[in-house]
Amino acid sequence: MAMNDLQLPENVFVSRLDSLANWCRKNSLWPMPFATACCGIELMATGASKHDLARFGAEVFRFSPRQCDLMIVAGRVVMKMLPVLQRIWQQMHEPKWCISMGACASTGGVFDTYAVVQGIDRFIPVDMYVPGCPPRPEQLIQAIIDLQDKIQREGTITGREFDTAGRQLRKRALVEAADPLAIDAARNPVLQRQLAAAATGPQS
Amino acid sequence: MPFVPPAVDDVLAALTERFGAVESSVYRGQTQLVVSDRDAFDVLRHLADAGFDLLVDVTCVDYLEYRGARRRYGMVYLLASTATNQRLTVRVFLDDPEPAVQSVVPIWPAANWLEREVWDMFGIRFIGHPDLRRLMMPEEFAAHPLRKDYPLQGRGERHNFPVITRDHS
Repeated sequence: MAMNDLQLPENVFVSRLDSLANWCRKNSLWPMPFATACCGIELMATGASKHDLARFGAEVFRFSPRQCDLMIVAGRVVMKMLPVLQRIWQQMHEPKWCISMGACASTGGVFDTYAVVQGIDRFIPVDMYVPGCPPRPEQLIQAIIDLQDKIQREGTITGREFDTAGRQLRKRALVEAADPLAIDAARNPVLQRQLAAAATGPQS
Repeated sequence: MPFVPPAVDDVLAALTERFGAVESSVYRGQTQLVVSDRDAFDVLRHLADAGFDLLVDVTCVDYLEYRGARRRYGMVYLLASTATNQRLTVRVFLDDPEPAVQSVVPIWPAANWLEREVWDMFGIRFIGHPDLRRLMMPEEFAAHPLRKDYPLQGRGERHNFPVITRDHS
């Protein structure tokens, strides 16, 4: 029976499972507040009543990484803190995302000294960077909205989007195919058609 | 009116009587002594017995390439008497290599962490310290970062950690 012939009730619609999972995930982000400095104050303000992070489904701050899927690193991270950060990140369950909030977490900020990590993305993966010193709550909310878009757009129910090693392998395989035209064609359907046309010879 | 502590003439007189002439100077009403690293422990114990019951701070200055400096490290002991409100600064100068001085933990237990901090930051060894570990930097840190010849951005210590990517997290 063709899809068009299905008689669905009005309150039922058809979607993809990935899309449904993404919709659920993006609207119930549970942040893990890794607040080490003044950005943490803005993070608290974001969660408080005036800015009200609950409007975006991300108000449930949990202090146990086991219950969280969004790490918000707010503030500078010193070398001695970095193993703690990494351990907490590894304790969070998949799928998980990371927001680097503020200049210090993203780049080290003004603290270019022997003791301060120059950007947490050197040591853990980061999905969103929030500029500012410290960023206003609106900026953090924008980052969460952008992250929600990213989850809806790229997410998969099995977490294939996190398989960066697999992606690298596939890219490597393309490079090792050693035919530059084939590499371009793998991404370019127009070129594919032109190559196919050239292979079958000119058609009068 | 700035606070000017009571004079310490009586203390200096007793000190001179026991240890001979001691190099001292006064700046804005506050007296500073300079003693040799050999005499330091005995002088400090004498001062503790003479009423300086509060060790305010133990710290250090690196005089590398400092104009007019004769020795490299200057230990600073800030003492106070809670009974008379007298203040006294005791300085001990040390040199490379292996700068070391007797620990004052037996005199003032408060010196424990202060000396650990100085060891961590300047690499001054405190002989007789009960637990001379780093206080601030990670234990595997290999240098003493407040020395003037230590580069501001470090010697690569902050790159030693494992990198966690999406594939193994």
